[in-house]
Amino acid sequence: MDDLDRQLLNRLQSDFPLTSAPYQLLGEELGLNEAEVLERIGRLKEQGIIRRIGASFNSNGLGYVSSLIALKVPEEQLATVASVVNSYPGVTHNYQRNHAYNLWFTLIAPSSAELMNTLKEIQTKIGDLPYLNLPARRVFKIKAQFSF
Amino acid sequence: MQTDQDIAIVRVLQGDIPLVARPFLEIANQLGISEADLLQKISEMHNQGVIRRFGAILRHRQAGITANAMVVWRVPAEDIERVGTIMAQSPAVTHCYERPTGPDWPYNLYTMIHGRSTEECEEVVQKLAQLTNIKECQLLYGIKEYKKTSMQYFK
Repeated sequence: MDDLDRQLLNRLQSDFPLTSAPYQLLGEELGLNEAEVLERIGRLKEQGIIRRIGASFNSNGLGYVSSLIALKVPEEQLATVASVVNSYPGVTHNYQRNHAYNLWFTLIAPSSAELMNTLKEIQTKIGDLPYLNLPARRVFKIKAQFSF
Repeated sequence: MQTDQDIAIVRVLQGDIPLVARPFLEIANQLGISEADLLQKISEMHNQGVIRRFGAILRHRQAGITANAMVVWRVPAEDIERVGTIMAQSPAVTHCYERPTGPDWPYNLYTMIHGRSTEECEEVVQKLAQLTNIKECQLLYGIKEYKKTSMQYFK
């Protein structure tokens, strides 16, 4: 990554130009032509640094509900339980963390009832492990952007 | 409520837009609408907060930001607004939420902190503790990433 890549990454994460030729506009700002911008972005994608370019939706705004779930999983069952949890498309993040509650995942569903059903279904499959259901009461910040 | 067309737009934009000079034209053609109408619709969704952010979504681990700490804080209920507001201002904090407590779980404020090392995360936590005078917290580091993806709505 050179300095221009870093500038491009910073710029691409916020205020992406919602215009007909966005990469031309970004190029003008950074002193690159459109083809060079496209080539650099292509490389950052190949390197796995850019996952995608698109929209992050507010799940509530689309009528969905979400929660954060913590599970206490016996160490030797962790891989199995994690793969059961991962098999649900509403699970978008799933991490092992250093705590007695050692598996933490986010769950998004079209309604509270469906969220609870999914949670029950997971619990049935994994043998009713101790858990916390922690839906956000209030959001103070969501800004998953990183400066380079 | 969303129209069928809104839903079709969400389905495309939640993925990766094509890496071409005129990506919105390509998407508009695919959806059978004009590029201008598509751009107008995206701006509306953005202004309404339905689209929280439009742009590049990174794999921050690949970009050298390898440590992620979920820090859980025990904050007196009447103090949560003040503390949440202060913590949210820190650039190192990417997410800050109030969540309910449980019988064996007294923590009610959550901050996600990303850094280049665990030391960097710990420095941020110390600073947040000083700024807010909230001392009771735990750092839960991500030891293993089992899944990290974007939600596929309306699938």
